[in-house]
Amino acid sequence: MPYRMHLMVCAGTGCVSNRSLEVRDALQREIKKRGLEEEVQVVTTGCNGFCGAGPIMVVHPDGIFYQQLTAKDIPPLVEEHLLKGRPVAKLMYVPSEAPAPLPKMGDIPFFNRQRLIVLRNRGLIDPEKIDDYIARDGYTALAKALTMTPEQIIEEIKRAGLRGRGGAGFTTGVKWERVRKASGELKYLICNGDEGDPGAFMDRSIFESDPHAVIEGMVIGARAMGVQHGVVYIRNEYPLAVQRILIAIEQAREYGLLGEDILGTGMAFDISVTRGAGAFICGEETALISSIEGRPGDPRARPPYPAEHGLWGKPTCINNVETWANVSPIIIHGAEWYRQIGTETSKGTKVFSLVGKINNTGLVEVPMGITLRELIYEIGGGIPGGKKFKAVQTGGPSGGCIPAGFMDEPIIYETREDKRAVSEHLDLPIDYESLSHVGSMMGSGGVVVMDGDTCMVDIARYFLSFTQDESCGACTPCREGTKLMLDILTKITEGHGTMEDLTALEEIAWVVKQTSLCGLGKTAPNPVLTTLRYFRNEYLSHIEAHKCPAHVCRELNTYRIDPETCVQRGHGCGVCRRECPEKAIFGDKNQPHWIDMAKCRKCGVCVDVCHFDAVIVE
Amino acid sequence: MPKLKLEDLARIREESRRTTLLREGAGRVKIIVHMGTCGIAAGARKIMEAVLREVEGRGLKDVLVTTSGCAGLCSREPMATVEVLGEAPVKYVDLTEAKIKAIFTEHVVGGAIAGQYALAVGSERVH
Repeated sequence: MPYRMHLMVCAGTGCVSNRSLEVRDALQREIKKRGLEEEVQVVTTGCNGFCGAGPIMVVHPDGIFYQQLTAKDIPPLVEEHLLKGRPVAKLMYVPSEAPAPLPKMGDIPFFNRQRLIVLRNRGLIDPEKIDDYIARDGYTALAKALTMTPEQIIEEIKRAGLRGRGGAGFTTGVKWERVRKASGELKYLICNGDEGDPGAFMDRSIFESDPHAVIEGMVIGARAMGVQHGVVYIRNEYPLAVQRILIAIEQAREYGLLGEDILGTGMAFDISVTRGAGAFICGEETALISSIEGRPGDPRARPPYPAEHGLWGKPTCINNVETWANVSPIIIHGAEWYRQIGTETSKGTKVFSLVGKINNTGLVEVPMGITLRELIYEIGGGIPGGKKFKAVQTGGPSGGCIPAGFMDEPIIYETREDKRAVSEHLDLPIDYESLSHVGSMMGSGGVVVMDGDTCMVDIARYFLSFTQDESCGACTPCREGTKLMLDILTKITEGHGTMEDLTALEEIAWVVKQTSLCGLGKTAPNPVLTTLRYFRNEYLSHIEAHKCPAHVCRELNTYRIDPETCVQRGHGCGVCRRECPEKAIFGDKNQPHWIDMAKCRKCGVCVDVCHFDAVIVE
Repeated sequence: MPKLKLEDLARIREESRRTTLLREGAGRVKIIVHMGTCGIAAGARKIMEAVLREVEGRGLKDVLVTTSGCAGLCSREPMATVEVLGEAPVKYVDLTEAKIKAIFTEHVVGGAIAGQYALAVGSERVH
């Protein structure tokens, strides 16, 4: 008998860590108990993107969306919804400030504002079943590509205007053409899945929810460029993604979609998987290639680019996971269709991971050219606690901090050439101009949202500590420069910064940016430069007034207890006095308490423990 | 598993599509079996099974089967509503497995309302 109902339980990493597999087991038990196992199918899917609401389950055919499920919600849910057909309102999503829950997935702004190309199958297929992928037109693009000439495929990708999704935004078709035209029989393809930016999980999610989309894109690329061997380079910190891509490759081989004689056409192409050991630098293409070859992940100067001299010295096409996943839809629907989505310079969609101070933490795919306002407020559901949006940090440690003032600018790609055109027009130096545009800092797609409780100097220090730690040390500007910048930033957050430090900081930042060997060093100063540019007053406040406006840098805070509040509301309860590790708080019961600042270590425990908000941070 | 040829790919797609189409929530016909307490007591489970058997036996790819609660007319249970896309929903009452067969032949496949088993055409007014 066909199933009348499909229960799509999310088994992305986010939901699994919130125990979605327990929910699935409970469902299967309960369905069996109720004798529904022949009518209702339980499917584990990849990430749905709404990670903040996990564990998630979507019930088809009605598209009812359940969130934050636990195993104990399951028995009543099975009885009410599966048996009696009454969806359970209390397990549905209620947007903030909305009076009633939204039962259907299609009604929830988080979902209905998105446009899915890369994530077209998310939540709709079991990523470990190749037949599910084929049912949703999987490998149809490959079948079509096999009837096209390599030149036609490259032309289609070029006309579509697809640009590399790893952050640099290079035109994919041009790269493919270079590799095709490069001399030599032996060439390679690489899928860059070494997603290292803190807060970014686009690539992981694509692998987890639709691994065949990446494989199909690579096979089409192989056909276009005449390549017989591909490598998927993936972080070993992504166990589920590794597992699913390995399963998918094995299934594709069994079906003859990889290996010798693909689909009986005589084409040969196979993919191997290399697991990265977690170095951030290995996301840089030359370091990544070095790592695949078994050497330390050290970058080298370009040119020559990998398209001429790549893996094992052979011409190599290296594209990001998301770029590969864009290939099949373009081949199926054509370049014209793709060109209609997005903006003049940036076609198609972009996947973003929304994290930080935002209500709907998760993964979204939106057309290029969307504004930050739409992304943060309409899809992301705004800032928790009704707080004010201050800035976003995009593109990880190499990205920049974009202040709220740029909220209505469209997010687009800009390459150096685009910037040169703009900067010639505005008569500004390229690198300076590049920091004033939101698009240039889009990066790979990690979006960290910050509210008023975030100190921008501290954020810059945090990202510098990351890049300084991950710097490979091969070139002096990056090795020494990131360390010097980190030292200055630490000094400022501790209240010992001077105006000379600020000048030096800015100067070092520009030198590191302009003289480093690879992308890591060239972009590492971005957090410093953008915060200096847009939040200079916060730096000045740390240096001149010795105050951290967001009260994040504890060294700069002073604490005092408001005597009236302490007595009138708290009756001198003494919790702070007992909890203070330095015994710096004094006072008797029913009497106002006070802090001896000479003893105070500024740990902030008193603020955390006071029930009456009597401790004031200044 | 033997290696696929181009035509095998299309075959697998058609076969898998039958089982996954439901996730897209789009069908030509939607059959709602009313499964409130009254419906279940009157034998709605048997009706549900009969409906699913018919869908499978006839190889229908565009029919969605779902459940809902009591339709408010407990004395005429088991009940089912048949919604053909673009047409008003039809409520069938006092169902038996034999009637389901007839409803499939006449309405779901044939396109004409099985008038002898139908209670009413259309839904209650809301708002």
